[in-house]
Formats: sequence, structure tokens, C-alpha cells
Amino acid sequence: MTPVATLRDAGLAALVAFGLFAPLVGLRTEVVEGGLALRGRWDDVAWLVLLAFVGRLAVLLLAGRRLPRLSLPAPLTRAGRHAAPFFLGLALLLPWLPFVERYELDLGILVLTYVMLGWGLNIVVGLAGLLDLGYVAFYAVGAYSYALLSLTYGLSFWVCLPLAGILAAFAGVLLGFPVLRLRGDYLAIVTLAFGEIIRVVLTNWVSLTGGPNGLSGIPRPGLFGLSFTSEEGGFADFFGLDYDPVHRVIFLYYLILGLALLTNWVTLRLRRQPLGRAWEALREDEIACRALGINVTVTKLTAFAIGAMFAGFAGSFFATRQAFVSPESFTFIESAIILAIVVLGGMGSQLGVALAALLLIGGTELFRDLAEWRMLIFGAAMVVIMVVRPRGLVGTRTPSIALKEKRAIGGNFVSEGH
Amino acid sequence: MAYALQQLINGVSLGMIYGLIAVGYTMVYGIIGMINFAHGDVFMVGAFVSLITALLLGLGGGAAGPGALLLVLLAGMSVTALYGWTVERVAYRPLRGSFRLAPLISAIGMSILLQNYVQVAQGARVKPTGTLVPGGVTLMETDGFNVQFSYVQMLIIVVTLAVLAGFTLLVTRTPMGRAMRACEQDRKMAALLGIDTDRIISLTFVIGAALAAVAGCMYLLRYGVIDFYIGFLAGVKAFTAAVLGGIGSLPGAVLGGLLIGLIETFWSAYFSAQYKDVAAFSILILTLVLMPSGLLGRQEVEKV
Repeated sequence: MTPVATLRDAGLAALVAFGLFAPLVGLRTEVVEGGLALRGRWDDVAWLVLLAFVGRLAVLLLAGRRLPRLSLPAPLTRAGRHAAPFFLGLALLLPWLPFVERYELDLGILVLTYVMLGWGLNIVVGLAGLLDLGYVAFYAVGAYSYALLSLTYGLSFWVCLPLAGILAAFAGVLLGFPVLRLRGDYLAIVTLAFGEIIRVVLTNWVSLTGGPNGLSGIPRPGLFGLSFTSEEGGFADFFGLDYDPVHRVIFLYYLILGLALLTNWVTLRLRRQPLGRAWEALREDEIACRALGINVTVTKLTAFAIGAMFAGFAGSFFATRQAFVSPESFTFIESAIILAIVVLGGMGSQLGVALAALLLIGGTELFRDLAEWRMLIFGAAMVVIMVVRPRGLVGTRTPSIALKEKRAIGGNFVSEGH
Repeated sequence: MAYALQQLINGVSLGMIYGLIAVGYTMVYGIIGMINFAHGDVFMVGAFVSLITALLLGLGGGAAGPGALLLVLLAGMSVTALYGWTVERVAYRPLRGSFRLAPLISAIGMSILLQNYVQVAQGARVKPTGTLVPGGVTLMETDGFNVQFSYVQMLIIVVTLAVLAGFTLLVTRTPMGRAMRACEQDRKMAALLGIDTDRIISLTFVIGAALAAVAGCMYLLRYGVIDFYIGFLAGVKAFTAAVLGGIGSLPGAVLGGLLIGLIETFWSAYFSAQYKDVAAFSILILTLVLMPSGLLGRQEVEKV
């Protein structure tokens, strides 16, 4: 491109930016007495327009010269092989690291919850190739199951955990039946509708779920009957420790770590079994699957049920950690975040999902002081990562089965489902 | 009877708004086969631009003249069209030909981005504008219940019909419309015949966004209160409308919008207003399960 054309292109970008930002950023509507008023903020618009100009110029100039192909240096690639054990070790030792305080542990719990949800959804989306945009519904079913069972019948967390999983799995089958014939985007939109229906019911069935106020006072779990309180017979007293509220946080941390690792382990084992292979075959080609005599109905329903079961586990963990559930926590945006974690991590890659959860949840937590900006940055990050790496952060996949030796293959060899 | 007539009027005017948004979904799906998840938020942007233009013209609270309203509509359409173009250019075009989930995730990201951008730029508080088009005619008077046909509802129906008529002419009678239909049928073949498909796809987004802006403006006039979150629900319902009518079919989208508007209104009137969203979503699920190609859609042929 000639310099003149480059400048003209960048100038056009600036013009478009002016058109975009002048009304919405330049004029802010404010609620004043007796109606609305406009307040001008033209300096912000000027900055944005300048940014668009410089940004476009940079893109054009960089695109002009051929960039060296972005490939990782060999030592780093080799280090990548040890990434999984490294992160596992880090996760196991986190509570004992010197700089880790209550805040870091809470953040760790949050990230691990999303890692677990990501791995659970990975079964449905990454392995079976069924695009699910309403995954949060099962999370909600799990959370409310535990809350209601423990509040109504006084059942303990350890009894409720499997029950919540089973109930969520039932919800998964319930959703699975009508959508058996649907594919791709249609499936996505129906699962989205299902998630919204669950949320609306939770909001409006006031006599059961407490409506928008939610349920509070959900009991905390104990460790083999030892509760984390300062009383006699509690955890601290039993082991002769000084009572410290952090004990409970550490316990919750290991609890969610265990649940997440369980999800991972079950997924890895299932992938080697006929069921897991059927899922992957289904993802690659449904018609071929039928032709080979795989029962598509059962395969799809088990994927929905098992994925939902792990969401149910995560949901009851969520309920017990917060001691409070309300429909607010189960909006569509949560489903979108979990799906984003799975796809951005590289569908089907367990490590990728964990990394994406760390990056998206931990990363946006860095911006927590900019409350309103947090989700803005989140949305922008989703777009940018997809445009730059459409196959996700981890670009390679390990095949479940191989003829001679198992080798990582490029992500583009794997179908993304239907 | 009078009550039902009133609901019919309300339902049709609501359905027109859904129909306008649904056309944008169905056009994009027809041409590039993706759900433009950010379309509902483009509608929301349209409502905001209309609001800001109305305030610029000094229309806060009082009644607005037809000239001013036309200006608001045109400003909303042009700025929102620019948004539609930018969204396609930034978030979807780089992913053309990529694997199929990528544009969907990018679209969800774009939806989150637009929503929070408006929240940051315009504040999270609800924006009440007051009635810009007051009054109406009483169609029927029975004891205790008057059937009102307000001027806003008339305006919505007239404007929507006019815009849709113009749009139909554009698609069926102009060379550009022919190129769009060609791209919809077979993009590769259209490109081989010398149609600039990228340009046509951009145009599709521009037109879809402009129609969504009309819907946004009408929504503003009808309800007199907007916030940054209205795009999500309206978007999902409009998508439901597009699917109900048969995705890819333009008259189907309008028909679907009308049906969804009517069902929602009658449901709130006779059953419960709280569960009206459940009714709309259940219809979506039922349609897809029982007749996946919708009312006016083409049967999809499964190829091996």
C-alpha cells in the first residue's frame, strides 16, 4: 500500500470511530430532576478517535511487512509438556505458599469452580460436540438441590452432593430428549432457552425457592463430622489447633480441587472406554456413527447427563460456599463464560480449559477495581482471542487412541461437532 | 371481547418490533449461516442513539412533531448501521472460513462488549424519557373497559409496514437485492459470477442494523424507558421469531415476530405475566422440536 492510501485508510477508521463514539460516548444521558439531560464529553471522543487512527495505522504497517511466524522456541514447547504436572503441583500446594492469604485462596476457589465447570462442559461440547449454551441451568439445579435438601430435611453436604449430581443429571436428560434431533446453532439456542426457563422458574416460584431473594442460611459442610467452628468438638479443637477461620477456606479449597480433579479423571477414563469413543465419533460425524451402529440417542443423553452431573456437583459446592443462592447467580452470562472457557482453551483439551479458566477468571479479577470495565474487557478478550487463535489457546490435541505411538495433533484435525 | 381486542392491538404492535429485529437475524443466518448473537445489543444501541438524538432535539417529556421523530429515526438508523458494519468488520470477517464455533463465540463476546460499553458510556441507570407521542383514539367503549388504540401503536404499525415495504423492494427489485439473494443461495457461486461477497455481507449487516434501529426507536417511543440490558431478551425473542417463521425466510421473520408478540401479550393478559418469557421460550423449543424448518422455511437436506 502506498503511504497515501495507508493514511487514507487510517483516516477512514478515525472517521468511523467518530461516528461510533460521538453519540454514545460524547453525549452522556443523565437522569436529572424532571427528565434527562445530556452532558458532553468530547475529550474522551477525541482520545478514542486518535486511538482508532493510530491503531489502524499500526495494523496496516505491520501487515505490510511479513512477520516472523509466531512459533514458540523449542525449550518452551518442551516445557509445555510439563505444564500439567506443574499446575497440578501448584494447585495442591497453593494454601501453603508463603504469600497466599485469605484473598488468594478465595480467588483460587473461584478459579477452580470454573475449571470444574469448564471440564464438565467440555464433556458435552468438547467430546460429544453438542453445543450447550444453557449449562448454568444444571449448576443452578445442583445449587438449589443442595440448598433445599439441607434446609428442608437437614441432610448433610456429603449426602446431598451425590443427590444434587443425580438431580442435575436428570435435568440433563430432560433437556437432552427434546433436542436429540437438533444440531449446531439450533441446539445452542434451545439450550439457552432451557437455561432461561430454569432461571425464570427459580425467580417466580417464590414458595419453593424464595424467589429473587433466594435461600440463605445454607449449612456448611464438615470434615467427617468435624465442623469448622470455634466450639468444642470442632475441627480446630479435635486436632488441638488454635481456631482460625482460614481452616474452613482451606478445606473448601481442597474440596473443590478434589471435585475438579474427579471431573478430570472421570473424563480421561471415559475417553478410553467405548462410551467416550462413541462421544468423539459422534462429534466427528453423526451419520457415520449411525451407520456403524452406535446408538446416537443413548450417546447424546449420557453426554448431557454426565456433563450436567458435574455441574450439579459444582452447584452444590457453590451453594455451600456462599451459604446463599439466588437466581442472580445463574444468568445467561455465566453459561457464556463457561462456554468461552471451553472454546478459548481449545475444545477437548483438558489443560487448555484449565488455563483459560485461570486466564479469564483470574485475569478479569485483576480489573476488579474497575467494576464496570471488567465485563467490557472480558467481552473484548473473547473477541480478540477468537480472532487471533480460533482454535483456542492450546492448539494441539492428544488423540484418545493411536495405532503405534500417541502424538499431539493440530487442533484443526479435530471436528468441532455439529 | 373488548379486552381481547385491546390485547390484539398491543400484541401486534409488540410483534412488529420483534419482527423488525428478527429480519436482521434471518438475513445474516441466510447469508453466512451464523447466529449474530450481538444483534439484540445492536437493537439496544439503536434505542440509545434514538434517545440521545431526541434529547439533542430537545424532545424531553413533551410531545414530538413528525419532523423531529423522522430525524430521530434517521439518526438512529445511520449510527446503528455504522455499528452493524463495524461489528461485522471487527469480529466476524477475520473469522470467515474458520471453524464453525469461532464466530458464535466471537458474537457472544461482542454482545457482552456492546452491553458493557453502553453501560460504561451511558451509565447503568434506567433512562425514562416520558411520553413522546401522547394520546390515542378510543375504538370501543364498554362499561368499565375502553379499547385504546394509541397514536404510538399506530405509528409503530405504520412505520414498520413502511420500512418493511421499502426493504422488500430493496431485496426483490434492485441489483443489490439480487446479489444478496444470490449470496444467500450459494456464496461460492455468487463470488465466481463476480459478486463482491464481502461487500454484500457487510451490506446485510448494515441493513439488519438499520432495521434493528427502527425497532429500537419504536421501543423507545412505546415504553418510554430503556436501559443497557434490553437487548438480551428482545434479541432472544426476536431470534425465536426468526426460527418460528423459518430461518432464512424474510416474510417468515415478520410473521414469527407477530406471532411471538401476540402469544406473549395474550399469555400475560390471560395467564401470568411473570411466566411470559417461559411461554416464548417454550414455543421456541416446541417449534424446533416439532418443525425445525419453521412455518415458511425450506426443508434442509442432509448431505453425507
